[in-house]
Amino acid sequence: MSVRARVFRRRVRSMVLTGVVAGLCALAVLPLLFILGDLVAKGASSIDWSFFTRNPAPAGESGGGVANAIVGTGIIVGLACLIGLPIGIGAGIYLAEYGSGRLGWIVRFVADVMNGTPSIVVGIFAWTFIVKPVGRFSALAGGVALAILMLPMIARTTEEMVRLVPHSLREAALALGYPRWRTSLTVIVRTALSGIVTGCLVAVARIAGETAPLLFTALGNLNFSTSLTQPMQTLSLQIYVYATGPFDEWHRLAWAAALVLMGLVLVIALLARWVTRQRYGAS
Amino acid sequence: MLSGAGGPGEVRLAVPGPTGTPPPAAAPVIPLQGRNRADRAYQISLTALALALPLLLVVLVGELATNARPAIERFGWRFLWTSVWDPVAEVYGAAPMIFGTLASSLLALLLAVPLALGVAIFLTEFAPRWVRQPVAFLVELLAAIPSVVYGLWGIFVLIPFLRSAVVPPLKATLGWTPFLEGVFYGNSLLAGGVILAIMIVPYIAAVSREVLLAVPASQREAALGLGATRWEAVWTAVLPYGRAGIIGAIMLGLGRALGETMAVTMVIGNRHDIGISVLQPAYTMAAAIANEFSEATTSLYLSALFEVGLILFVVTVVVNALARLLVWRVARGAALGSRAL
Repeated sequence: MSVRARVFRRRVRSMVLTGVVAGLCALAVLPLLFILGDLVAKGASSIDWSFFTRNPAPAGESGGGVANAIVGTGIIVGLACLIGLPIGIGAGIYLAEYGSGRLGWIVRFVADVMNGTPSIVVGIFAWTFIVKPVGRFSALAGGVALAILMLPMIARTTEEMVRLVPHSLREAALALGYPRWRTSLTVIVRTALSGIVTGCLVAVARIAGETAPLLFTALGNLNFSTSLTQPMQTLSLQIYVYATGPFDEWHRLAWAAALVLMGLVLVIALLARWVTRQRYGAS
Repeated sequence: MLSGAGGPGEVRLAVPGPTGTPPPAAAPVIPLQGRNRADRAYQISLTALALALPLLLVVLVGELATNARPAIERFGWRFLWTSVWDPVAEVYGAAPMIFGTLASSLLALLLAVPLALGVAIFLTEFAPRWVRQPVAFLVELLAAIPSVVYGLWGIFVLIPFLRSAVVPPLKATLGWTPFLEGVFYGNSLLAGGVILAIMIVPYIAAVSREVLLAVPASQREAALGLGATRWEAVWTAVLPYGRAGIIGAIMLGLGRALGETMAVTMVIGNRHDIGISVLQPAYTMAAAIANEFSEATTSLYLSALFEVGLILFVVTVVVNALARLLVWRVARGAALGSRAL
């Protein structure tokens, strides 16, 4: 009897704690739903065609858009990719193909450590490295800062994706007389390509919303600018300025800009998942 | 012409003579050697790209240290534990920011760890199969939200919510403790800690989930076979097996929280004060850099901010390195275990 009661108590305890864990999980997802809901509720009504095509209105006036910020985000992220992708992918292939020695261990460890570097520190580094010697804030410095942030992420995901390629493919290519570099590039890396693209897209999604590294590099710009040597606006900088500013009109625009930025990030993240799905479908 | 074409580790069909004299049999070998050279070029260029990472780290630390040197020489260790931050008198002590960074991160861990472990345990051990992927994706999406969007949401949604629904009952029940002293105006350690907690949940959850997935099924089966309930199997077999990895996951979350800038800057209040009450404004190292870097008019002021950045960098690197070592240890052990089966 008492044994049966104890078993019953243990069963109940197990079920209750399972419920607790499920509740904690639900609680963890809740903020996401609230944030996405608030973004749509407070931002959607301010978004119309002129929001995308016009530049910010002078402080205190109503209206205005974020055309300059959208173009600026595109340019700076593109610049970061131009610098970060070749180095990051190259380092990733190195880690997968030649990275079994001590140097490989060091590079891997450095990448993992840099992955957690506070982005504001990267920002002030880019300031000393580019802004200070040149003497002015520029989109180029912002692009370099974001490139430094994406490098370690890309290197590590590329390595993992290249490592997933079965060894038999390499042996087959080598047996057919392919030299090592051609085997590596046209067989191994090509097989892993969709995975590498996914990793790059995830990295782009993460840096597209970064603000801290751009505060002292790209700085922000109220006017439309495409010059790489001039300060440039991004969506994230614009949200920061508008959210912390005193005007209700600015707050309204901040929500709208945040909705646009979040949409951009979500589209890239979903695209990344879609690319991987294609890969699983193929293999 | 052929000197340097092959390294000690290269597989070569023709052994070159000493000091670069060409090999005797030329005709069948030349194309192969051409390929060898391309292979070496490939390896060298990849190595050069890979070396960019350690080089970057060295340059980064060097730049931070050089720029921070005037402040380091002027204030020494006092910088860490004095709390006067006076740009006019050129006296700088970073204790309030260091305290605020630690306090907000610990508060965030206190809130985030149960949630994140709940996610990881529920998704790996209990959830029905069709729930796992979608919920894991939703939690990952939390990591995709830009920091500045969290800050915006914190200012206009979270702080009003805390003011109307969380702080009054908290004060009613625990108001006598020193942690809840003073009037709540909004921007505070509490707001910073809560927003940080939401931000680091996905990181801790993702890594602990991987760790739990790496625990061999035999561990669970053995516990269940001995008559344990499902919860007991998780609590007595799975979690202890992955303990080091879970601690690593929590430390990764801590590393994120320490260096997080924008969201915290927007809600923590940015006041140079050490206070134990979570309802009062505070400051973090990252927030100080974000706020004051462009206002730093004197070179010593700038140098003090660089020293703050250097401290922040060193602390996060140490925390991250420890975390990686812990996670790697578990992951490697698990791989060995499953191969043995």
